[in-house]
Amino acid sequence: MSIEQLIQDIVTHSPALIIAIPLLGAFLTPLISRINDKIRNIFVILTVGLTGFIAFLLSYDVLINGNIHSYVFGGGRSVIALPSGSSFAIRILFEVDGLNAFMIIIGAILAFVGVIYSYSFMKGNTGLDKYYTLILLMIAGMFGMMLTGDMFNFFVFLEITSISSCALIAFWTNKGKSIEAGFKYIVISTIGALFVLFAIALLYGKYNALNMAVLANSIDIVNNGFIDKTALVLLISGLAMKAGIVPMHMWLPDAYGRAPSSVTIILIGTTQASLYALFRVCFTLYGSQLTQTLKYIRFNLGGSTVIFDIRLNGVFALIIIVLAILTIVVGVLMALKQNNLKRMIAFAAIAEIGYMFLAVGAWVWVIGSEHGMVALKGGIFHIINDALDIGLLFLVAGAIYYVTKETSLNKMGGLARNMKYTTIFFVIGLLAVSGMPPMNGFASKLLIYESIYHVNPILSIIAILCSILLLAIFVKVFHSAFLGPKIPKFDKVKEAPISMLIAMGMIACLIIFFGLFPNFIVENIVEPAANAIIDNSSYISHIIGGA
Amino acid sequence: MIYNIPFIAVAALVIIGLYAVIFKRNLIKIVIGITLIESGVNLFLITLGYREGSTAPIYTNSPAGTMSLPVPQALTLTSIVIGVAVLALMLSLSVHIYRHYGTLDVRKIGKEEEQ
Repeated sequence: MSIEQLIQDIVTHSPALIIAIPLLGAFLTPLISRINDKIRNIFVILTVGLTGFIAFLLSYDVLINGNIHSYVFGGGRSVIALPSGSSFAIRILFEVDGLNAFMIIIGAILAFVGVIYSYSFMKGNTGLDKYYTLILLMIAGMFGMMLTGDMFNFFVFLEITSISSCALIAFWTNKGKSIEAGFKYIVISTIGALFVLFAIALLYGKYNALNMAVLANSIDIVNNGFIDKTALVLLISGLAMKAGIVPMHMWLPDAYGRAPSSVTIILIGTTQASLYALFRVCFTLYGSQLTQTLKYIRFNLGGSTVIFDIRLNGVFALIIIVLAILTIVVGVLMALKQNNLKRMIAFAAIAEIGYMFLAVGAWVWVIGSEHGMVALKGGIFHIINDALDIGLLFLVAGAIYYVTKETSLNKMGGLARNMKYTTIFFVIGLLAVSGMPPMNGFASKLLIYESIYHVNPILSIIAILCSILLLAIFVKVFHSAFLGPKIPKFDKVKEAPISMLIAMGMIACLIIFFGLFPNFIVENIVEPAANAIIDNSSYISHIIGGA
Repeated sequence: MIYNIPFIAVAALVIIGLYAVIFKRNLIKIVIGITLIESGVNLFLITLGYREGSTAPIYTNSPAGTMSLPVPQALTLTSIVIGVAVLALMLSLSVHIYRHYGTLDVRKIGKEEEQ
């Protein structure tokens, strides 16, 4: 068999392999760790590396060649024609278009960096076989959420992810606060998941289908749309809980801040998988309903009748923009007053989620116009940038914790003397998060500022101001942790171990690469994802055919 | 009216569960609340698939007539299994919290100073 044939086969079966390899690895890990700890760590890195490689192959095929992949579990056809002439969807299937392909790139990068970082970061902890099993389960669940094309299957992966990540957040059970963070996380994510399940049941009861493409084809909010609207509200509120949008954000700083840093970076991936699901629901499932009129309001003004046409996208956009501005402002203001480094970065992460949401809201507001498209590209580009920037900052915070065992900023100082590379990585992360050139954050934030200026200049001003505040916050951190006088306690502090430096270096290289060649990234990766959001008909017709 | 009783029960279970999660201060009561919401959702799924006078969906050896839809039952089984895992995890976290703080009152946990 030739190499091309082999690669072709792998790509065909990749949606199943991306889930199956980490799942199999997860249950082999306890066995392998009976042999040797080092072999186990290398085994886990290889497993995740292989998964990531297959994910890259798949997304290359989807993003560059423009194919939409679907994979039917159990083989055969996924849709059968009934004698009455209509078609009926059976079997669980995975469907990959531009948006999923974009998300699995993020997932693959974060997962790979996370396990490399764990190699030294978790050294000396007990129960590492369980740790690695849970990490692999979490990665499998994250990829499952990103790839699946079936609503109930999505719920199952959502729960796999939340159970394993909850156990990982509470991994340091000797600290009361991390157990508390784990409890908070499991309460929020279970309630969110049950809301999602309730919505799935509503849609199943009405349309007798669980497949996303079939549902997207039949959802209709105008005629008898009460159930569809209720399901939409439940889905959005359930998924927004897991994505950390502001009124439901209080679990996020605790979970991000108390989990081991190597877990936090993969947790960013799972949060963004929920964000992806939110996009999938709003723009694929309800995508063809976005410009439908919900209600006409008539006014009598001096004899003439004024008719307000309230459309779904207007309502959507208003809610999204208000929530996004709240998310940015609350995130930044709360980050200002934090004393704990990891909690501070977690609040910055909340603010960054707000930026993506703001851009998407701007697109929904002016659906179809040119600067709407720019906004959408900026928002999607910012998803990957946020994952890298915030991820790098968390890794640096973890490195500081590893060498000093301190979390409070008040007790740090003068670390730049002994930790040269970590300092450089922190500066890169700092500049990227606050949107300074030539880092990647600048490229996407500029697109966002530019496009939301057309929606409303005030939004743009708030967004820029909050970015400047973020810069101020992190410069303060830089000053108090890395600069300043020598602290005798830290005299013998050494640079972080090599595997942590490699992990941070990989992300830092990506940040600089994305910052130097934003056009390359936007054209090749971001644009297919944006097109998948704009046009859901190819997603639907790939399954149902014709349409 | 009589056919709506399962749906009323669903609404009651979900609302009581949400009330417990939001207003109760004891961790065990919060866990009970989440379990109630879950039972409500499961009941909803089962009710969707049931028709009056239907038999179990086993094709061989079944009398003619309506059968209840098997898909929601399969979904519910999966959801129950997931629910057990979540419940076990939440209770074990509560045990850890009790060992650590000596209380299950949400107002008293996680308030200690950072070292």
